[in-house]
Amino acid sequence: MSEIIVDLKSVSKVYDETVALDGIDLYIRKNEFVTLLGPSGCGKTTTLRLIGGFEQPSGGTILFEGRDITGIPPYKRRVNTVFQRYALFSHLDVFENIAFGLRIKKLSEKAIKDKVKKMLEQVNLEGFEKRDVNSLSGGQQQRVAIARALVNEPEVLLLDEPLAALDLKLRREMQHELKSMQKQLGITFVFVTHDQEEALSMSDTVVVMQDGRIQQIGTPVDIYNEPTNAFVADFIGESNIVDGIMRKDYLVDFSGSSFDCVDFGFAKDEAVDVVIRPEDLVLIPAEKARLSGTVSSVNFLGVHYEMLVESDDGTSWLVHSTLMEPVGTRVGLGLEPMDIHIMKKVSSR
Amino acid sequence: MKRFSLFPYVIWMTLFIVVPMFLVLYYAFTIPTETGATWSLENFGRFFEPIYLRVLGRSLRLAVISTVICLILGYPAAMVMAGNAFTRKNVILLLFVVPMWMNFLLRTYAWLTILERNGVINVLLANLSLPRLNILYTEAAVVLGMVYNFLPFMVLPIYSVLSKIDKGVVEAAGDLGANAFRVFTKVVFPLSLPGVVSGVTMVFMPALTTFVISRLLGGGQFTLIGNLIEQQFLVVGDWGFGSAISVVMIVFILLSMAIMSFFEGEEKDVALW
Repeated sequence: MSEIIVDLKSVSKVYDETVALDGIDLYIRKNEFVTLLGPSGCGKTTTLRLIGGFEQPSGGTILFEGRDITGIPPYKRRVNTVFQRYALFSHLDVFENIAFGLRIKKLSEKAIKDKVKKMLEQVNLEGFEKRDVNSLSGGQQQRVAIARALVNEPEVLLLDEPLAALDLKLRREMQHELKSMQKQLGITFVFVTHDQEEALSMSDTVVVMQDGRIQQIGTPVDIYNEPTNAFVADFIGESNIVDGIMRKDYLVDFSGSSFDCVDFGFAKDEAVDVVIRPEDLVLIPAEKARLSGTVSSVNFLGVHYEMLVESDDGTSWLVHSTLMEPVGTRVGLGLEPMDIHIMKKVSSR
Repeated sequence: MKRFSLFPYVIWMTLFIVVPMFLVLYYAFTIPTETGATWSLENFGRFFEPIYLRVLGRSLRLAVISTVICLILGYPAAMVMAGNAFTRKNVILLLFVVPMWMNFLLRTYAWLTILERNGVINVLLANLSLPRLNILYTEAAVVLGMVYNFLPFMVLPIYSVLSKIDKGVVEAAGDLGANAFRVFTKVVFPLSLPGVVSGVTMVFMPALTTFVISRLLGGGQFTLIGNLIEQQFLVVGDWGFGSAISVVMIVFILLSMAIMSFFEGEEKDVALW
């Protein structure tokens, strides 16, 4: 494993009375693509701003390559930021926007020209040097913002929901470009988003946050397949979350039946959250199933159908399947023991 | 309907702007004769005599000095007001605006009593056994009066532009390695130029043409172009010459506006407030 570049140690941030960050511990490795994911107000942007130096933590320390950088202003940090609404300098043209950081560093005119030219190629904006930034489209402005940050060759690039304002197609394109840029340049990216799909497709590591706390840190696959609690399961992809009771190791009761499962280590008769992904539920004949119900709605989504099945105990099950059963049909829902994810109840806050 | 609703304004503008303008132009380009009037440039010729050019020079000089002082005092004030540190922005803003609600003459008269030989300042200085300050009826007093009266016109447009600058842009500059000084010189000040331009315009124009301040605080010793015009109309009764000076003044104002709009560049939305 490569070395740790940014290390947050029990960092908290309190604005007036509200707690934005509640003592988080997080380390980021060199050349890693880390995504901070969570609903708005979860503390992900605050975390980014603390790393960038725009805010100071109320408690805890932030280490950068092992040195404490708490209290050091942004202009002395080897970190650059791509802001959510671009924050381009409207009084400067594209070239001067990108050259801004280099001019501050007093590089020679020739070095500046070379670097900016290379950067413009990197973001596919050749020939845009003299353009007024206000005349650019959202996607082009975004590219200028990325170029302006990357041209300084930062150790860490912070991206604050950089794609939020772009339309879906452009978003996809930029996701790919950002990812390949990150690989090519070997720069650590810390990316903030509320879009779970974006997080899963781009990151090496996903950090799921809620209410100023880190809920789970892991690879996209881990986060999706092994969510640690119902919040993560619900936030990452769609899930059926029902109340269950753990009868003993490997046996759980929910929806009026007992099911084999692969989880253990819970107290006898402990109340748990049972999480089942909609794509893990398989439509089978009702008489063969332990869980059965009536199809109450069908929605065609292109690749698959999305169906709601009302089981006999009144629970609605979201089912994704390439097969379709019309509304009103009685169906059974088949599921394998390993598709049943048992989670400890989180005390609701 | 639209044309109909414009009608009152057209009458208003014709009566109070277009007609007087033509009257001024008429008087400026004619001289009275026994039988009536005849076209002539004589009025303008007189203006270029040294004595009057000196008046013009003094007017320009005092107006420039006042404008520069207003800018030096006003810009930091606007910055403080637009900054985050002040939570009571509205109070400060109000303090700047309140004097503007009072009559301009009254405010200038007030300075008379403050600055006069036995005025507030000198009584205070005497009590502290310090030497008297005799700046009343000097150019300094005229400049003081101009700065005092016109400062809000500098502060408000700059404040308005500064408070609209995206905080993200300031953060971005810091993020790219600029310290506070560089952030100001490379980002904040250039972005605030439209406000500076409209502030400078709004101070320079009235400072150039004022006649009340120079008469009250200058004691009539410092004839400015405004005083000259006033004298020609009200004292001498030479409407022709007075009109000619007015026309020269209008040309000067149009010129300085043209220069200003050049500095403004392509910035279209210049907010005065």
